[in-house]
Amino acid sequence: MSFATRLHSNAIGWLLPALVIAGWEIASRAGVMPANVLPAPSAVAEAFWRLTLSGELVRNIGVSTARALAGFAIGGSIGFALGLANGLSTISRGLTDTTLQMIRNIPHLALIPLVILWFGIDEEAKLFLVALGVFFPIYVNTLLGIQSVDPHLVEMGRVYGMDRRALFFRVILPGALPAIFVGLRYALGIMWLTLIVAETISASSGLGYMAMQAREFLLIDVVVLSILIYALLGKLADSLARLLERLSLGWHPAFQNG
Amino acid sequence: MTAASLAAARSFVATPVRPIGSVEGQRAFAFRQAGKRFGDKTVLDGIDLDVPAGQFLAVIGKSGCGKSTLLRLLAGLDRPTSGSLTFGVEEEGHSRTRFMFQEPRLLPWASVVKNVEVGLTGVASGAEARQRALDILGEVGLADRADEWPSVLSGGQKQRVALARALVGHPQILALDEPLGALDALTRIEMQQLLERIWIAQKFTAVLVTHDVAEAVALADRVVVISEGRIALDLDVPVERPRRRGSVELARLEGKILDRLFG
Ligand SMILES: Nc1ncnc2c1ncn2[C@@H]1O[C@H](COP(=O)(O)OP(=O)(O)O)[C@@H](O)[C@H]1O
Ligand SMILES: [Mg+2]
Repeated sequence: MSFATRLHSNAIGWLLPALVIAGWEIASRAGVMPANVLPAPSAVAEAFWRLTLSGELVRNIGVSTARALAGFAIGGSIGFALGLANGLSTISRGLTDTTLQMIRNIPHLALIPLVILWFGIDEEAKLFLVALGVFFPIYVNTLLGIQSVDPHLVEMGRVYGMDRRALFFRVILPGALPAIFVGLRYALGIMWLTLIVAETISASSGLGYMAMQAREFLLIDVVVLSILIYALLGKLADSLARLLERLSLGWHPAFQNG
Repeated sequence: MTAASLAAARSFVATPVRPIGSVEGQRAFAFRQAGKRFGDKTVLDGIDLDVPAGQFLAVIGKSGCGKSTLLRLLAGLDRPTSGSLTFGVEEEGHSRTRFMFQEPRLLPWASVVKNVEVGLTGVASGAEARQRALDILGEVGLADRADEWPSVLSGGQKQRVALARALVGHPQILALDEPLGALDALTRIEMQQLLERIWIAQKFTAVLVTHDVAEAVALADRVVVISEGRIALDLDVPVERPRRRGSVELARLEGKILDRLFG
């Protein structure tokens, strides 16, 4: 796809949201949509401007992003490491996989009451929840990716004298990468979701906290703004992951005409 | 067919005849009463096979008779459970044995030339490896595809890359496990000619497992038939090269082998 056509198809993707916003603005101005149910887009834009000028918005986005990334880094790296270990060693898999699969069946958000008891409403509680939520998709897909590497290729690498290191970096890891990316994108979705819930329930800063404060003061434009920003941040994270995916999976037939 | 492969086919016809058996009396490898069992299933039993360096040996047998197992022993992927396998001259053993599989087994995430460089693992790296890989790609007629992904190549081209990878490290022994089995008839003849031409030029010992009797007598100095885990027939093919496919001499040998297989 050329740059121009990609731009074009992106533009088409934005057409529908633009129409929805326009219709929404018209409905609000015509009084069809009461402002205490859903504020007009212009009101949300005003809220955006107000909070940007006061610095509140940037600070809260910063706090939430930092939490999200920290939780992601912790949960993701543990999940990745365990996925690798269990994919490469049957001993490690035998030892831990059953336990992990059992824990996986607990919805991690169900742990919120317990986590609040353990950590209070401090940072650790949110980091713990995000890390736990991110851990499983990364773990499961890394393990799956390594298990799905073609054993014929591994045998070929051995025959051609690759040592374990070369075998890992030139055969196993590249073979597992498509599945790892699936896990990564899924985990990014869970990361935001978990953070929203955690911040809404207990926080003294961050986007979720901002939304809850606004609700208390019936600032519905700020509530809607928070929701939109969550959506944008989620989309941004996904786009970054896709870009990374395209750059590193250029060999994959699915990406060759992208 | 590309211009390069046409040229390759032509130069194959013009190559001088090479003495059968080649390099005077040096041994490439020898199986002595070698056997292989998996559990209580005996796959190979009492194999005696002495192969002089530079010989082109074809191994034929019905499916499941242990041909791949024999090659795996030769390549060091498995050990014989009885008897022995010894290597000749340079005492380097398995390390100079290369293996070509029925499937190309190319790394999809590495370019064609990088795939060929895999054949130089532990031998050369960097610019030298790339140059050697490009040279051998030229010999198999794929120099212009060096920087492409394997997924865009045809089946025959992939197998040529696999051949280049097997040959780039100048193996002493090349073990080929039905490498042409999945190709269409015309591509297959092209590949046979390419293989013969490179074998004549590089003077390695070739062990070709095939289920195609015509292919065996067209290419090999010697044909071995395996049946029920033993060598049932060990036949020289004393036909001058270049050989003419479908000649009376080759047909007679072919008939003899088929008789032994199904007689
Ligand atoms: N790793 C293994 N474990 C158990 N049986 C095996 C193994 N490898 C091969 N065999 C058996 O050995 C026999 C010969 O196999 P193989 O050498 O692959 O035959 P082919 O002549 O078709 O290449 C088959 O019956 C196969 O099932
Ligand atoms: Mg076989």
